[in-house]
Amino acid sequence: MSPAQNNTIPAKAYAVFADDSPFKVFDFERRTPRVDDVVIRIHYCGICHSDIHHVYNEWKKETYPLVPGHEITGVVEQVGSSVKHFSVGDHVGVGCVVDTCLKCEPCKKHKEQHCPDVCYTYGSTELDKVTPTHGGYSNLVTVKEHFVCKIPNNLPLDAAAPLLCAGITTYSPLRQYNVGKDSRIGVVGLGGLGHMGVKLGAAMGAHVTVISTSESKRNDAIKLGAKAFLVSKDKEQMKTAANSLDLIIDTVSAPHDVNALIDLLKFEGVYCLVGAPPKPLEIGAFPLIMKRPIITGSNIGGMKETQEMLDFCGKHNIVCDIEKIQATPETIKTAYDRTVKSDVKYRFVLDMLNAFK
Amino acid sequence: MTSKQTTANTTSPIGIAAKGYAVDSASTPFKLFNFERRMPAADDVVIRIHYCGICHTDIHQVYNEWHMSKYPMVPGHEITGVVEQVGSSVKHFRAGDHAGVGCMVDSCRKCHICKKDTEQNCADSCLTYNSTELDKVTPTYGGYSNLIIVKEHFVCKIPKNLPLDAAAPLLCAGITTYSPLRRYKVDKHTQLGIVGLGGLGHIGVKLGAAMGAHVTVISTSESKRDDAMKLGAKAFLVSKDDEQMKTAANSLDLIIDTVSAPHDVAPLLNLLKFEGVYCAVGAPTKPLEIGAFTLLMKRPTITGSLIGGMKETQEMLDFCGKHNITCDIEKIEATPETIKTAYDRTVKADVKYRFVLDILNAFK
Repeated sequence: MSPAQNNTIPAKAYAVFADDSPFKVFDFERRTPRVDDVVIRIHYCGICHSDIHHVYNEWKKETYPLVPGHEITGVVEQVGSSVKHFSVGDHVGVGCVVDTCLKCEPCKKHKEQHCPDVCYTYGSTELDKVTPTHGGYSNLVTVKEHFVCKIPNNLPLDAAAPLLCAGITTYSPLRQYNVGKDSRIGVVGLGGLGHMGVKLGAAMGAHVTVISTSESKRNDAIKLGAKAFLVSKDKEQMKTAANSLDLIIDTVSAPHDVNALIDLLKFEGVYCLVGAPPKPLEIGAFPLIMKRPIITGSNIGGMKETQEMLDFCGKHNIVCDIEKIQATPETIKTAYDRTVKSDVKYRFVLDMLNAFK
Repeated sequence: MTSKQTTANTTSPIGIAAKGYAVDSASTPFKLFNFERRMPAADDVVIRIHYCGICHTDIHQVYNEWHMSKYPMVPGHEITGVVEQVGSSVKHFRAGDHAGVGCMVDSCRKCHICKKDTEQNCADSCLTYNSTELDKVTPTYGGYSNLIIVKEHFVCKIPKNLPLDAAAPLLCAGITTYSPLRRYKVDKHTQLGIVGLGGLGHIGVKLGAAMGAHVTVISTSESKRDDAMKLGAKAFLVSKDDEQMKTAANSLDLIIDTVSAPHDVAPLLNLLKFEGVYCAVGAPTKPLEIGAFTLLMKRPTITGSLIGGMKETQEMLDFCGKHNITCDIEKIEATPETIKTAYDRTVKADVKYRFVLDILNAFK
């Protein structure tokens, strides 16, 4: 084949073509695998709240067509000649990042998501800064080996898909702050991220408290592995729990009172934001100087850590609680509307294997 | 030393007469206040106060700005003096020693917070003034007074080579900036930013430079540049100059923010490297506004710090003794009028960089 030709593999996806317009079938091409590429037949893709922010242009001006989806699981169909760790038939996953420079400090420290040249799975470009990236609401994807993970064979591909974003996003700070059997942790919010935070924290041996605006989530929280539950608007409950937590993982993206959460922290406790509220957090100076907490944030995780998280989930038989749906423009729209209302336990997962028929 | 004892009523306090300057309310002037310090217990140290620094906290408390003031109030928690007498079980001090007392005079000494040498966070910590002793009843009176009696654990030795007047503000301003510098392991590889060049800021620059760090002072005012360099800074940024701030983006490992006036923290966080540390030691009354994307993408540590434990305070004083570091002060006579003027000038940041009251020669 002549190198000047476009050697690409036909693929289908659901894309939006303009701001505030419906999903439609998008016929496009994935790259022919380079020597270090893995070609993946996509079976499932989770619907992450980030997808919704992007599709509705809530974070930035998007370029179109836009194919969302960064919680991808599937089966390897083809590998490039220098691929070492994958073979045809392997169960694999792809998350939020598909390429980085692999040379800078963050990349060398296995924090590829902080590479200045990071290429996100969708809504971004490849390292050439030109070729657009398209995500997992599609039937096929070609990804550099370094950015593909093995899914343990005992984990079903559908329920494992949201681990590639929701899983790693909550796993990373739990590991960074050494959560173990002596830890008292709080998980704020019980949605896609929150429910994973509870399962993972409990599996690490921690005493998990779920903090939620709604009493109605108490039973679910306990079923997921929490040992305690606080209604954040109940001042009495919150007061009783003051100064009790080593670590709080805040998954909530709606505006909310962070000072009330800091009151729950022990002296030198950690508050880690993984949600993305649009308005700045307001944090009082007195709690900062009196309690010396670490207020910080976390954003997915590096590739090494993502694989470690998947292996941990394989060992402990942890997957996400999902509602699997057919993949059509209508079902995606309905799923988006329900996700925004938190009307799902706890992630929608699109059946991509049976789409586009 | 005189003692006063009531014989008729056995429940009356038995104490040692002392004089101080106190306010009776947020809106009345300082007046002479005759009161009693407790008779020294076996573990107490009696200190003739020579000097007391005027901390901005004194002003906040006197004017009830934090809505927690109790009157009569004798402020002052940057105290230096000479030991006059020690209780029978005191091990580390004797008469004639140069001693200092900071913001705390007692704590429970049993909880894990005290055992970790972070007594300032003990639920039962007793502040030097505007607080109570462990009995939760006896009020504490601070260093605008001629005598103080403090449990040995809460007294520090002032290295002999440090003059007592210029050393006084170390007991609050010094430890408040020293503690986060040590906590975040500042050394010759550190790019350190100090925001604000007042009482806290100026000593933060001296201490950071003495630890070997490259210090950048961030200030609202170009006029402070020369002073910053003289104190040991290597760079200076005017916070309102967008160009300067942009050039310095992603360059600092640690920022110590000493500013108490409300200010926008976002431009300061932009100066931090990935995973850098922002530490508030000032106490603005308005909350800090921190963008979620800054937290998620830069993953900084946003934190604060308040004085330090007793072990660390002594360590700070020994470090200052070793490096010959004291505060830049304006020493003033101690009278109600001079205190009022000093307060007004402190609020306008019109002092380089701390007023220190000459208590030894007061109350004559």
